[in-house]
Amino acid sequence: MSDIKKFMYVNRKAPYGTIYAWESLEVVLIGAAFEQDVSLAFVDDGVYQLCKGQDTTGLGIKNFSATYRALGDYDVSKLYVEKESLEARGLTLDDLMPLTYEDADDDYAEKDSIRVVSSQEMAELFEQSDVLFNF
Amino acid sequence: MKLSIQVNEGPYNHEASVSALNYTKAALEAGHEIFRVFFYHDGVNNGTRYTTPPQDDINIANTWSELAEKHGLDLVVCVAAAQRRGIVDEGEQQRNGKDGNNIAAGFRISGLGQLIEAGIQSDRLVVFGD
Repeated sequence: MSDIKKFMYVNRKAPYGTIYAWESLEVVLIGAAFEQDVSLAFVDDGVYQLCKGQDTTGLGIKNFSATYRALGDYDVSKLYVEKESLEARGLTLDDLMPLTYEDADDDYAEKDSIRVVSSQEMAELFEQSDVLFNF
Repeated sequence: MKLSIQVNEGPYNHEASVSALNYTKAALEAGHEIFRVFFYHDGVNNGTRYTTPPQDDINIANTWSELAEKHGLDLVVCVAAAQRRGIVDEGEQQRNGKDGNNIAAGFRISGLGQLIEAGIQSDRLVVFGD
């Protein structure tokens, strides 16, 4: 595709309680087929989407957290997590799932997909995006 | 400017739905082109013709249908979101063996690729929702 745009999917909601997080992930998975420059942002309660050890058995609804691990296979390798949102919730990078991708430009070396950035850096990423999806 | 609109909330429960309607009308009046309106999440509930609000209230589904007819709008309801919430057109009715359908005039059910395409093709994608 000739015109590649920068797509930014902004995830602001907890993974359960509402369907926004799951249906956002469905857009990301479909959108991956369009070969755009894709980034995901996790801010506010959205950082909970990436937490380790999610267990929905008590809720009786589908646990979709494993789907985030598939993102690397879809060439979705830029997951930006806002530092301030983590800190406000008493979370650190260690509380998040280890998500990786294989870098085709570096002999398929396995690299971390999650990058913790400040709110200032996040604002700049939003500014540089062509299309902002807000979930 | 070429615009696309994403509606993420259901009618009446949330003002986003009617705000999207007002925005779309205003954009058309100002001479902008609406490439597509995409209904996602509970926003798919804007597309049922069975909507019957009290007579002194706006009929949001009918208003979208009228606007679509007048301006040739492309109103697209996400198929995955629609299946979860029981929004059905004739094709979906047959495919899923349902005893009827409820899609409103001017709306069509299609895939999420239509939303991605709207993002690629439009100068701006304007999202209405929480």
